[in-house]
Amino acid sequence: MRITREDQIMKKFSRTLTCIFALSTIVSVAIADEDAELVINGELDISTKAAAPADSALDELISGWRFRTNETQALQMDDFDNPSFIFIEQGEDLYAKVDGSEGKSCASCHEDVASFKGLKSSLPRHNASTGKLDTMETLVNNCRTERMGAEPWKWSKGKMTAMTSLISLQSRGMAINVKVDGDAANAYELGKDLYYTRVGQLDMSCANCHEDNYGNMIRADHLSQGQINGFPTYRLKNAKMNSVHARFKGCMKNIRATPFKEGSDEFRALELYVASRGNGLSVESPSVRN
Amino acid sequence: MAKARVKAPKTAAAGELVTIKTLVNHKMESGRRKDGDGNLIPRKIINAFTATFGGEEVISAKFEPAISTNPYFQFSFTVPATGDLVMQWTDDDGSTVEQTKTITVA
Repeated sequence: MRITREDQIMKKFSRTLTCIFALSTIVSVAIADEDAELVINGELDISTKAAAPADSALDELISGWRFRTNETQALQMDDFDNPSFIFIEQGEDLYAKVDGSEGKSCASCHEDVASFKGLKSSLPRHNASTGKLDTMETLVNNCRTERMGAEPWKWSKGKMTAMTSLISLQSRGMAINVKVDGDAANAYELGKDLYYTRVGQLDMSCANCHEDNYGNMIRADHLSQGQINGFPTYRLKNAKMNSVHARFKGCMKNIRATPFKEGSDEFRALELYVASRGNGLSVESPSVRN
Repeated sequence: MAKARVKAPKTAAAGELVTIKTLVNHKMESGRRKDGDGNLIPRKIINAFTATFGGEEVISAKFEPAISTNPYFQFSFTVPATGDLVMQWTDDDGSTVEQTKTITVA
């Protein structure tokens, strides 16, 4: 059969129609049990809801865990079922592994990884000597290049996310409390600007989905507040640990924008701003999301 | 060598059917893949699993190359009395990982 130009146009047209119908039909989708509480291993209570600070744009802070289906929620409620722990075990090996010209491992200086308790909940933070924001990734790489004499790790690759997951785990259950005043104020303002600036072909800002429409469905997906209290997070879609910046990149691609680079000043500022929107929520790292 | 994780109840009633979940962090290299130069990557998998309770075998399994990375293995058995559940995984290179869980019968 010869396919004519008209055929192709008709095909496109009917496909568009199908899309419109799909959007207008109300489909019942399995959404989360809004009243469930997150208790890990039957002993660690995680607050997945917190009162919003007075100046917050949100009525109430709600962790992304509450927006997921019951099955996904259950994965995070038990460390055996949580696939993140495969990567945390890899992180433990890396923590003890000697690397670089100085013959040191992480454990040589920091000893027990439990000494990092409370680090995750306070990051990103301003670094006076570089004038930039420090994130967990920059801290790990600083140690690697300056103290261990080793090659830095890539921002979102397996070794880095395994290590950041292990370190973040130590702060699990603690309330997020990032500083946004003083030296960090400039970065905070930049992050806030980025959050509310419409970009990309779809001309959307972070706020359009995560502030104006959280709780609504975006096709088959349940929009969350975009809280980052659970990062690094295991995603069912790619079966690995995901960094905050990789997630930002994914969001920007979805709205057909050109993403900033991982580790760029823009993403660090955005990480600070988004983290501060969750001040008061518990650290959930390593979380499980779809 | 691999690391193993086991989820087993700490206590059980006599004769109770309990479920044991195990997961080994292992690459399970099938021996079928080729590297960048076209050479076969040698097989390296966990090839056997055994569990004994109080010295008596509960279950043993032979693992084959088609089993995925990080193999998850679950089994049930009835607990006769208090004892140690000893699980052992054997790698192709001959090394083994062992985990012991004590189940107390109240």
